[in-house]
Amino acid sequence: MLDKEGIAKRIAKEIKDGYYVNLGIGIPTLVANYIPENIDVVLQSENGLLGMGPFPFEGEEDADIINAGKQTITMLPGSAVFDSAMSFGMIRAKKVNLTILGAMEVSENGDIANWKIPGKMVKGMGGAMDLVASAENIIVAMQHVNKAGESKLLPNCTLPLTGVNCVKKIVTELAVLDVLPEGGFKLLERAPGVSVEEIRKATAGKLIIEGDIPEMII
Amino acid sequence: MNKTVSNADEAVSDIQDGMTLMMGGFGMSGLPEKCIAALVKKGVKDLTCISNNAGVDDFGIGLMLKQRQVKKMISSYVGENAEFERQLLSGELEVELIPQGTLATRCMAAGYGMPAIFTPAGIGTEVAIGKEIRNFNGKEYLMEMAFEADFAIVKAWKGDTMGNLIYRATARNFNAVMAMAGKITIAEVEELVEPGELDPNFIHTPGIYVHRIFQGVNYEKRIEQRTVRKRT
Repeated sequence: MLDKEGIAKRIAKEIKDGYYVNLGIGIPTLVANYIPENIDVVLQSENGLLGMGPFPFEGEEDADIINAGKQTITMLPGSAVFDSAMSFGMIRAKKVNLTILGAMEVSENGDIANWKIPGKMVKGMGGAMDLVASAENIIVAMQHVNKAGESKLLPNCTLPLTGVNCVKKIVTELAVLDVLPEGGFKLLERAPGVSVEEIRKATAGKLIIEGDIPEMII
Repeated sequence: MNKTVSNADEAVSDIQDGMTLMMGGFGMSGLPEKCIAALVKKGVKDLTCISNNAGVDDFGIGLMLKQRQVKKMISSYVGENAEFERQLLSGELEVELIPQGTLATRCMAAGYGMPAIFTPAGIGTEVAIGKEIRNFNGKEYLMEMAFEADFAIVKAWKGDTMGNLIYRATARNFNAVMAMAGKITIAEVEELVEPGELDPNFIHTPGIYVHRIFQGVNYEKRIEQRTVRKRT
């Protein structure tokens, strides 16, 4: 089973040379720490930055330089800043190659819910609805089950949707799965020490298992 | 064409109860903190505020919420504010949550003189309820209307007395699009200079969009999430 860092490490392997990547809040933010050094990647922050760098050294924090999670960050050489309309313009125009975000639920047809729990949480969708509506390459980083032990990979989402038919791949503490265009979670890899049976038990939606499922290499 | 006013109090002096205000900033970054302080002091109420966030309990729009000056918030993300959540759950405050890109682009549309935009954000979700949907090239888009705001209140890094503005780093965010979108736009800046001192090649907001400008003093520029790394 993977911890959060492990999920981030596995997702980092999906990032290819030349990609512009948008990282969501939570586990996706950690992915930045594991991008291979031999590839060229630019991180987009939807509050208006291309070229996001690591956190600043203590004493060098700047209130004018933050990411979409409102954390102080740095700008790498070659960075560009722009306004919020242009930021979502480049997202809508599919200039961003990969979007990685968290989710509360994903359905077997690729619907995602991650912004609202009626009666409990009313924080808002931020940029998530724009991202999932336009991005062609969306990876969800999340836990396989919620705190109550219920599967988050469902036949249909029960929470208010963020977007429909959009998630392509899911990486959890148990597995890597593709969401097939015709519907269903296709099991690609098992986390170290996790059996297919454990993954089957934790997946409420349609799980497709073909042949031997390899253990993931991290 | 001198747009200078002496301070925040003068800039907001004719903002009335019940008006719609756009407020720039993303979290605490690029927040028009001097105008917010002046609005809190003025006590104007029943406001509709269009702003990406609702501040925290003791800073930003949170200060106006605490005084119950806001009737309705139009935002994309409103976490980090306990008083906000209390007023929302008790029904004292009306809130319209909309996707961040839609928020920005509805501002942009106003500044570009376009009545509406089409965006895929929100298709298939509760955001789409009651809205016109159009199909272009096999994909569905929501029609979203340009915002109308009595005032847009923005914060820039530098400005000149003609209202030309330059923002710094990610403090540009919604400021640059909202500056274009108000019937009256108020800009507060950290440094106000004479015409000719800013390079025209590097102006982000042309002065035609700005009606009032002043230099704020002693900016707090609060940091919401202070994250650092260790020196190795």
